[in-house]
Amino acid sequence: MVKNKIYQNAIMGKLYDKLIQDYRLKEGLNACINCGTCTAICPAAEFYRYDPRKIVTLVQTQDDKEIENLLKSETIWYCGECMSCVTRCPRKNAAGLIIMALRSLSIDTGLFMESEKGRQMFILCKDLNHNVLNYGYCVYPREFKYEGHFEAGKIWKWEHEHLDDLFERLGANLDGGGTGAMRKIPQEDLDQLKKIYDITGATERLEKVRAAGLKKAKELGLTEEEYIQKLYTECKGAHFNH
Amino acid sequence: MIYEGKKRIWSDYQKEIPDDHYFYVRSCIRQSFFPASEATFLDITRNKLNKDIFETEHHTTCGGIAYHSDTIPQETVMTIIARQFALMKKYGYENYVSSCITSFGLYCETLETWREFPELEAKIADNLKKTCNLEFAKPKFLVHASDLIYKYRDLIASQAKYKLINKYSGKPLRVIEHIGCHYSKMFPSKGVGGAEYPYVLVGMIEAWGGEIVDYPERRHCCGFGFRQYLIQSNRSYSLTNTYKKFESMKPFKPDMIITNCPGCPYFLDRWQYVIAETQGKTYGENGKGVPVFTYEEVAGLVMGYNPWDLGLQTHQVEVEPLLDKMGIPYDPKEKYLGKNGKDLGKPEIVECFNNR
Repeated sequence: MVKNKIYQNAIMGKLYDKLIQDYRLKEGLNACINCGTCTAICPAAEFYRYDPRKIVTLVQTQDDKEIENLLKSETIWYCGECMSCVTRCPRKNAAGLIIMALRSLSIDTGLFMESEKGRQMFILCKDLNHNVLNYGYCVYPREFKYEGHFEAGKIWKWEHEHLDDLFERLGANLDGGGTGAMRKIPQEDLDQLKKIYDITGATERLEKVRAAGLKKAKELGLTEEEYIQKLYTECKGAHFNH
Repeated sequence: MIYEGKKRIWSDYQKEIPDDHYFYVRSCIRQSFFPASEATFLDITRNKLNKDIFETEHHTTCGGIAYHSDTIPQETVMTIIARQFALMKKYGYENYVSSCITSFGLYCETLETWREFPELEAKIADNLKKTCNLEFAKPKFLVHASDLIYKYRDLIASQAKYKLINKYSGKPLRVIEHIGCHYSKMFPSKGVGGAEYPYVLVGMIEAWGGEIVDYPERRHCCGFGFRQYLIQSNRSYSLTNTYKKFESMKPFKPDMIITNCPGCPYFLDRWQYVIAETQGKTYGENGKGVPVFTYEEVAGLVMGYNPWDLGLQTHQVEVEPLLDKMGIPYDPKEKYLGKNGKDLGKPEIVECFNNR
């Protein structure tokens, strides 16, 4: 109890202060009038138990307890970042940008580990940035395997089995030197990406998410691979509208 | 659609698109799933229209998917973008053309944020110097590759061998246009025609003989949603959004779909397969799907490229019904061959589409 009180005192007035340092919040929150247009247009609000209007209202209260609850919640992970909300907001707010700021703070505070959807960050951080730092692409076709993407169809199964031949047939330059689609990006350029990651906080974020995930896996008695499989397929929470 | 009203809206959202001399930056998704589309874009612009479109092997991902999956901070993605812009300047260009819609939206957002917060721009310039020893620069003109094909639409029409006209009925093909969300939903003034009624693909369809289909969920997202697709347990979000679009467009009986985002054609194609496989529902004629194309593929078809050079064999929904309607000849035996006729076998036939 005492420990909780100390924690509460430590964060009161702090979370909103951190949030407002994020340029996306500065850009995305211009006195919301609570009209609900963002929720009406939002693809996620129709699918998930998600209400961007409510989230923006809570952030606007600047109440740290409410913000802390958001950072621990499932709801901030439901947005697809399509930014459909931006077009029609009569006050030029951007609920999607506010969500991005909340997600960043949830990761920075470690509170992302409190939600099922937040814990998925372990896979996203690992896979996407493996591609960026090793190949220079967010998506790299050799790593996009049919076994993890049955929806990609039988055509992708065939394509993946013949990637080199097919990419050559289609005028690409898979892993080749020089220019062209899916060329091998020179090591000097990958080294620059790594330096950018190191000085802009990406490396720190990736390490933080990885350490938290591995700790959780250990608590559950799972190997890293088993933990990834659990995160990739598990859907236990009451996430959906229908 | 009240056409005169839309023309007024479109006239309010006309962006300046220089005619020539561009620094070209590729898309991670388009390269992975539609590599021939980028090859076609470069062949049309460079070799058919004699434009100067420069590419360097040193450019990388903009980091957009990693950023919109919340795995890297804003400062990181902005510094990667600054590196791309700096390469543009290094090679002597000031016009920047992006193949990717996620990148294009992110470039627009980044430039706007730098304009609004100069101290952030200074910090990113400093990051760039420290990490890459490159000189900070911003493009004079920023366009998406579909903006350029829109700009050249009449030139392409003048070289066209085929039109978007149904040869059996003589009527224009009924075309759905789907615009990637990040093209103009965030910054309507940065897209041709704005956000509610973008004209970028409409202009191409009209110039090449087709008819636009207006339908209720025309502006609805394809459902990519970054983390909502990348994690299997979230993927029903993505599927549900595509399903909503197809249910909405079905009564209008479209012949084809054309897209300007690299991800959307993948989702609109592949989720049709999943819907057909799991629900037994199809949206095209005779139990088939509705063929989905990139704008480069459509430009290539109009100009008479071999459909298999355009990569149309890598679509899950068969494109042959559309080729037949347009009167485009093709050799079924060549469909799945590699370079120089190499035998690559064949993909498994999916029964859910009433395929041959």
